[in-house]
Amino acid sequence: MSQTALMSILLASPLIGFLINGFRRKHHSANVSGIIASVAVFISFVAAVLFWLELQGMAPESRSILVNYGSWMNVESLSINFGFLVDPLSSLMILIITGVGFLIHVFSIGYMHHDKNVAKYFAYLNFFIFNMLILVLGDSLVTLFVGWEGVGLASYLLIGFWFTDKEKASAGMKAFITNRIGDAAFLIGMFIFFVSFGTLNIQELNALAPTVAESTWLGVATLGTLFLFIGATGKSAQIPLYVWLPDAMAGPTPVSALIHAATMVTAGVYLIIRMNPVFLAAPNTMMVIAIIGVLTVVLAASIGITQNDIKKVLAYSTVSQLGYMFLACGVGAFTAAFFHLMTHAFFKALMFLGSGSVIHAMHEEQDIRKMGGLKKYLPWTHLTFMMGWLAILGTPGFSGFFSKDEILWMSWHSPLGHWSLWALGALGATMTAFYMTRLMALTFWGKSRVPKEIHPHESSPIMLFPLVVLAILSVVGGYVGIPHVIGAILPGHPENILAGWLGNIVKPIPGITEADAAMEWTLMGVSVGLATISAFIAYTLYVNKQEAVQSFTNKIKPVYELVYKKYLVDELYFGYIINPLVRLSENIWAYIDVRFIDRCTYWAGDLMKGGGSFVRSLQNGNLQSYAMYIGLGLVLTLTFVMMR
Amino acid sequence: MILSTLVFLPVLFALILALWPQKNMIRPMALVFSLIHFAVGLIVFQDFDTSTAQLQFVEKHMWIEKFGIQYFLAMDGISFWLVQLTTFLAPLIILASWNSISEKVRGFHICFFILQSAMLGSFLAFDAILFYVFWELSLIPMYFIVGIWGGSRRIYATLKFFIYTMAGSVLMLVAIIYMMYLTQQAFGQMSSNLLDFYKLSIPFIGSDFFSMQTLLFFAFALAFAIKVPLFPLHTWLPDAHVEAPTPGSVVLAGVMLKMGTFCYMRWVLPLFPEASEYWAWIFIMLGVIGIIYGALVAMVQPDIKKLVAYSSVSHMGYIIIGLFVMNHQGLQGGLYQMLNHGISTGALFILIGMIYERTHSREISQYGGLASVLPNFTIFFFIITLSSIAVPLTNGFVGEFLILLGVYKASPWAAGFAVTGVVLGAAYMLWMFKRVFYGEKGPLVADEKHPLIDLNVREFVILVPFVIMVFVMGIFPNHFLKYSEASIDYLVKNKSSYQLTIKGEQ
Repeated sequence: MSQTALMSILLASPLIGFLINGFRRKHHSANVSGIIASVAVFISFVAAVLFWLELQGMAPESRSILVNYGSWMNVESLSINFGFLVDPLSSLMILIITGVGFLIHVFSIGYMHHDKNVAKYFAYLNFFIFNMLILVLGDSLVTLFVGWEGVGLASYLLIGFWFTDKEKASAGMKAFITNRIGDAAFLIGMFIFFVSFGTLNIQELNALAPTVAESTWLGVATLGTLFLFIGATGKSAQIPLYVWLPDAMAGPTPVSALIHAATMVTAGVYLIIRMNPVFLAAPNTMMVIAIIGVLTVVLAASIGITQNDIKKVLAYSTVSQLGYMFLACGVGAFTAAFFHLMTHAFFKALMFLGSGSVIHAMHEEQDIRKMGGLKKYLPWTHLTFMMGWLAILGTPGFSGFFSKDEILWMSWHSPLGHWSLWALGALGATMTAFYMTRLMALTFWGKSRVPKEIHPHESSPIMLFPLVVLAILSVVGGYVGIPHVIGAILPGHPENILAGWLGNIVKPIPGITEADAAMEWTLMGVSVGLATISAFIAYTLYVNKQEAVQSFTNKIKPVYELVYKKYLVDELYFGYIINPLVRLSENIWAYIDVRFIDRCTYWAGDLMKGGGSFVRSLQNGNLQSYAMYIGLGLVLTLTFVMMR
Repeated sequence: MILSTLVFLPVLFALILALWPQKNMIRPMALVFSLIHFAVGLIVFQDFDTSTAQLQFVEKHMWIEKFGIQYFLAMDGISFWLVQLTTFLAPLIILASWNSISEKVRGFHICFFILQSAMLGSFLAFDAILFYVFWELSLIPMYFIVGIWGGSRRIYATLKFFIYTMAGSVLMLVAIIYMMYLTQQAFGQMSSNLLDFYKLSIPFIGSDFFSMQTLLFFAFALAFAIKVPLFPLHTWLPDAHVEAPTPGSVVLAGVMLKMGTFCYMRWVLPLFPEASEYWAWIFIMLGVIGIIYGALVAMVQPDIKKLVAYSSVSHMGYIIIGLFVMNHQGLQGGLYQMLNHGISTGALFILIGMIYERTHSREISQYGGLASVLPNFTIFFFIITLSSIAVPLTNGFVGEFLILLGVYKASPWAAGFAVTGVVLGAAYMLWMFKRVFYGEKGPLVADEKHPLIDLNVREFVILVPFVIMVFVMGIFPNHFLKYSEASIDYLVKNKSSYQLTIKGEQ
């Protein structure tokens, strides 16, 4: 099959699914809509696999397939094509998107079974997949931006899916507008690159940018990448634009799994990896990315400890884990960032779907204080959720271990890294272990606190199947990227497959030295040890000694409250930016528009009216007056002429 | 003869309507007429040569010999799409007025067709006096449309509209006459031919505000700025829009505002190149202020129509900055944004008209939960909203992107401020959308006695062309851009020696 045809199938399939379900949105059968949508994504998945196989068959240096559908915008030197690029990086991304996406579609069939607007739901879901594919495959920043805004739109629609609830509609709006702030910066970033390099094609930028390697703050590469990074903080929920993601949990839970954990929110990370040669040319930007990343890790993890809504905990966890990916990018470890993106897609999608199963079982109850002991009722959900928990903890052998360890090690070892980055990262890992164990303990373990009227029940097989597949991936997904130091002691010395696969995409960090194996083992031991201790403490506290927790939080009440209320960042934004802006707008409307400009025009109008009546009074029909005016005029004119 | 046909066919239509005996046939006839007019407009597609900046379909006859005033119509890449936009919107506007104009139907359609003539005339005229006649003529039917079929404060709004625009026009007339006098001096024969105006070299001294070119530049620019409207001359617009009947608002936003921005491209930039360049900063600054100011004020409007009116101020600001940076992307983007604004804001006013016909209110706070009652209406409104906030693959994105890129090339700071409009635009539109369509049902929506009915066939027929245009222009912009490419390339490269020639003439 020709590559163009394959690409067309890949992209068109979810689009057609969207249109079919969109036009039959009044139908209520979850099975029919769900099957249409799932099949659409599955076809894309098959196409993605075929692309991947095709790349496999090529020589490593030439692994790239460009499908160009022709020109989109052409104005003088600006020329943008509908070009889509499959290379080792984007081929893996589309596998994740369509693969995990397919599982989540299947899960949704069960989860959304009772919803009236299920066809609309699946239409939006397919629309999202379509845009995500465009984002990932787009060969220029502008095509990428099409998907970038498109996924934001899908996210807006899905967060506000139950729009009769004002809160949910607001959450969607908040997500879109916050993202738009990032998008505006993204636009500026594009303009900087276009003016400096004369192109917006990503491949060409990657080739051109290293020629301007710079150390200043105002250089082209630095400014351009900084603006793109601001765009990334919007989409990928980093400081300071992360505030929309926790609210985004208002959407149906599978949406949280697909969009707000596995795929869309990783777009910012993907962008940086995609353009890694450009970012490497701007060390200052890299530093900013690493710092923002690690701060987000710690900030979000600390909030995660205090939250009681199962989805909110997972949401802050996602923000925090995305922080790790940015940390990795910031220290130049792009492979590690991608690795974590992938493993996180598995285990976080798993846990979100698991939470969906729990919420389903609990009849829409999301407060973990009202759960406990669910292990008994939901054995499969518990078992699969536990795999996700072990993975995110970084338990040796599970997928999250390999990727997180790699990031922590690189943040220490890379010439762009620093010991403090490692320390904060390790602190984040410790906190992660705590809040995730707390979540497990409060939800599944210990005594049941389930209200009497609720009878939890295990979910249907159609929902459990995706959980099982994702659980398996969460366990074994890490074996494609076994770090060198571990591979060295394993039988057969397995290679880091992922690093090999991405070898031609990811630029090596300049000035990186040979790894010190002993040091690497030590750091790994420290972070794993800290996480274990932390998980153990959380387990003891939340399974057996909840009174102790209560009395402790009472003791540090002000601090606890502050964290519980998310450091009041939302209040800060509203109190100091949004509300003043609205008040300002009201005032400029009332004072400048109505009272000032309009008044001025009335005044001008009156003046004209006055002038008119003055002129009218001159035309009094009296011949003598006219003669006088003529005389006066003559005198004035003559005076004027003589004065010159 | 095609251009004369295009311009005067509506007058003929108006005459027929005036004389036709049966009253109940007026609407269907007007609709058929407008479709014929649109079809006639399509003829120019065939013969239009996109490879040249020269004037095409030229019609030139001496009108008043003594003053060198000519009847001179011609088309080039700059006016091509605006003419198409004007004829494209007409049948849709007539359909949209089907129910909302229930009194003096005949009079309304006569006014409307005369307005069409006047607007087309001002796009196509290449003689200053002829242009001025059309320009002024367009005011009169609009005055009646708002004044007779408008809302409760219509007299106030029409007066404001009239005085504002007249004030600008008078200055322009003085400038035109002065330029005719200059042609007399330069060529020995007075002429109001625009091509002769282009040949003038008008003295310009940057430091001297009273140098001839600067004065003439401001006389023209002010007249057009009022029409656009450019901040701070915009306050007539919200009142006019709120009081105008739906079709009036659509013509006003869809086409009449573009007469202002179009004339910057046709008159101001090529006639006064040095002054335009020297004083560009004022217009870029006012444009940027307009973008932000319009968006902020739109955000806090309680009336949905006023919100869209202020959003026009914001969108027109984009066009102005695009034009004044004088590069390819800016000008092409500006021209494109003129079409976009015609489509998206035109459609928004029609949509607002549709909901107003059902509820007789435009108070945002009285709505809520409309999406669950009128799902089809919601989808259309949402798509047009996306176009208005420039989501990629809709028409709005192409225009905004090109403009901002062009502006960035000329002035990164201006682009930096203008780009906030991208955020604010999403904010005011989506906030409005949320309050009107989402949440619990508001008093107007929940009213049991008057259940709201979703779109009927007529309304579908009106809205579908808009939606098609939104996506066609968003996905295939090259097909549109190529028509203006040669003209804009010529304008950018020869702005200080702008000498349009007539195709086929040497």
